[in-house]
Amino acid sequence: MDIEVYGEYKKTAWCPGCGNHDVMKAVRQALAGLDLAPNRVAHVSGIGQAAKAPHYIDLNGFNGLHGRGLPPAQAIKLCNPELTVIAQSGDGCNYGEGGNHFLAAIRRNVDMTLLVHDNQIYGLTKGQASPTTPEGQVTKSQPDGVRNAPFNPIAVAVAMKCSFVARSFSGNTPHLVKMIQLAIQHKGFALVDLFSPCVSFNKVNTFGWYKQRCQELPEDYDPTDWAAAMQVAQEFGERIPIGVIYRNDRPSLDASLPVLQKGPLGRQPVDRDGLRALMQSYT
Amino acid sequence: MSHTGRNIVIGGEAGQGLVTIGQMLTRALIRSGYEVVVSQDYMSRVRGGHNTYSIRVHDAPIAAPAEAMDVLVALNQETVSLHKHELADGGIVILDAGLDPEGTKAVPVPFKDVAPRPIFENVAALGVLGSLLGVDRPTMEGLVRETFGKKGDEVVGQNMKVLDDAWKWAEAHRASCAALPAPRGPKGRMMLHGNEAIALGALAAGVKFCSFYPMTPATSVAQELITKGRKLGVVVEQAEDEIAAINMALGATYAGAKALVPTSGGGFALMTEGVSLAGVMEAPVVIVLAQRPGPATGLPTRTEQADLNLALYAGHGEFPRAILAPATIEDCFHLTHAAFDLTERFQTPVFVLTDQYLSDSYRAVVPFDLDALPPVAEPDFGPGGGPKFKRYKRYELTESGVSPRKVPGFTETLVLADCHEHTEQGNITEDPDLRNAMNDKRLRKGEGLRALCIPPRVSGDARPDLLLVCWGSSEGPVAEAAELLRARGRSVGVMSFTQVWPLDPAQFLPALQAAKEVVCVEGNATGQFARLLRQETGFEVSRTLLRYDGRIFTPNWLAERLS
Repeated sequence: MDIEVYGEYKKTAWCPGCGNHDVMKAVRQALAGLDLAPNRVAHVSGIGQAAKAPHYIDLNGFNGLHGRGLPPAQAIKLCNPELTVIAQSGDGCNYGEGGNHFLAAIRRNVDMTLLVHDNQIYGLTKGQASPTTPEGQVTKSQPDGVRNAPFNPIAVAVAMKCSFVARSFSGNTPHLVKMIQLAIQHKGFALVDLFSPCVSFNKVNTFGWYKQRCQELPEDYDPTDWAAAMQVAQEFGERIPIGVIYRNDRPSLDASLPVLQKGPLGRQPVDRDGLRALMQSYT
Repeated sequence: MSHTGRNIVIGGEAGQGLVTIGQMLTRALIRSGYEVVVSQDYMSRVRGGHNTYSIRVHDAPIAAPAEAMDVLVALNQETVSLHKHELADGGIVILDAGLDPEGTKAVPVPFKDVAPRPIFENVAALGVLGSLLGVDRPTMEGLVRETFGKKGDEVVGQNMKVLDDAWKWAEAHRASCAALPAPRGPKGRMMLHGNEAIALGALAAGVKFCSFYPMTPATSVAQELITKGRKLGVVVEQAEDEIAAINMALGATYAGAKALVPTSGGGFALMTEGVSLAGVMEAPVVIVLAQRPGPATGLPTRTEQADLNLALYAGHGEFPRAILAPATIEDCFHLTHAAFDLTERFQTPVFVLTDQYLSDSYRAVVPFDLDALPPVAEPDFGPGGGPKFKRYKRYELTESGVSPRKVPGFTETLVLADCHEHTEQGNITEDPDLRNAMNDKRLRKGEGLRALCIPPRVSGDARPDLLLVCWGSSEGPVAEAAELLRARGRSVGVMSFTQVWPLDPAQFLPALQAAKEVVCVEGNATGQFARLLRQETGFEVSRTLLRYDGRIFTPNWLAERLS
């Protein structure tokens, strides 16, 4: 698919140098590489800077509420299994406000891809701590340093045996494109936690900070080894591993629903004879 | 209390099988051709507590529960103590021979002799009740056979023996209880409660997706769709919370599937942001709000009509909505069906506002005529009509306020649904003129909704001395209270609203003005509907008659206070 089919990359509300620009370019490349026509993709988001993504790319889009990107995304797949469903939003949206939906989505295992733009800060509301901000980091609203222990999305996802868990970095486009493609191709709920630096409000976790630390997992790493993945999930310091950290082939919820074998629900007519028989069962 | 009817109340602890006995007896009565109104009174616990299952049975149509008990089936001593003062003149208590009748006119049943093991006591009780009331025996036998058929011939045989023994025992005691008059109702009717009728109405309208978080008394809507609707191609998902439930439903309708969200007050409170999203996104969704007393957890298993304001004003910002309030089981079916048409047609949230009493109340209902139902609006599934791989005008500014709604994946054109103020293509905008144009466009849909609004049902005297105004499930008790008052020589009319928003004053204001006295009867403490009437029409009711103790309206309770 020609990359231009996803629209011209126009003016956005993102700051110059924001990692989100690179993420969007990677998304385009990933979709083009998979030959996905824009009308076959449903692109869902919550609220925040990353969540504006559906406005900057020509795909079907559902820009919903803060923290609430995952529920509609899963329902879209459960109503039309022919669509490729991709949700994008930030760390605050998915791990903070939408934390319960994140956990439930891992458990539910609908075939879809979640791209979390993780910048370890709340950017759009101008610099408060996010669930992934490290303990001790000073922010405008945490002047004495963050007191909460950071949320480790990778460790949580692996612990819950999420069917696909990857980490990537907006500054490594080829890697990010590959991760997005593997996530989309994976049949099940796929998480890509991707570092996308906030150049305006996070002066600690900068582009350089991530670039220095992100290291691709070795080729012989086995992502189906859960215990090894739990180990890798704990690594977050001088070295941060990126790549497919864990995956399994648990069947997705949509694949296990016989009614979806008949195609999109919206076009399935009312079964009047079935309904008449059903009414009889109440007599 | 009419002479020909009976009010049968089964009381006991949760877990003692009173619902099983109640449901089987109700089914036997309906199959025999009687009219019933069932009301269920239960406590918020799995076992224990004191619960009742009341069946008012009659040979002619009835639409309200009764208070005075003609037959009290006491499964424990507490039931006798609690209810002996509520017995009607000549009322009897049926209880185990080992219990103390506490001075009541009692029929002590030797359950230990009739039922070989405690597990058979339900059927023994049915046999006694069936025999005393004069229920058609083959009907009762058929029901027992059907109920236990799956467990094999041996179990069926054991239960039939128990039924036979109980029946014979009771025949010797027939004198203590006058049999019911001959039934007159048609055969082949369904035994349905409000939530089942809602589920059937949704299925008839083509519901394809239901997301819910369990909450009494709404849960059984989803449960019916799970147990009975699955074969008809409905996906039902138990969400992690109510917030997820409504957001899932909006995803479902975006994908072209009609969606239903059943909940109750506390759950609905969590959904209000999602309601607002439906407003700006112009996404169809049907929300069944089964009211129970609040605030917060309130009386979680009892009834109230106090969430009208919540449904009216839920969600920030301004956008149109419709609120339908079924009064009968038939309304539950037809108004749910209509709710799907309205929400699809106007692309804005529509409510079915019911309550615990109606949710759990069984009646005898003639199977619905599916062929007579009006068609339900659909989104545009294509083909063509938009640019290839570009966004079409999802939010095109139109005179009616309704924009053409396409579904992603069915055509080559792209659909963008957005929570912000947006352009006609769905992109974020902060342009003040466009903001006004979009807000006005959405509000114009309210006029379309108003034009289709369902007029209230008016009965009784045309220019009455007393006009009783009510909404939702109160209609039955209010209508019978009006009859009681008319029998005492008063001129009484009833105006019953099954749509409470929007309202069209032209449909009812002249009738309100023609009455000498107007009393608004509501199941809440502040007269929410009376205030809404005043807000919309300037008409002030003479007074309100309100009940908010969690208990249902009965004709006698009302008539006493209106005399």
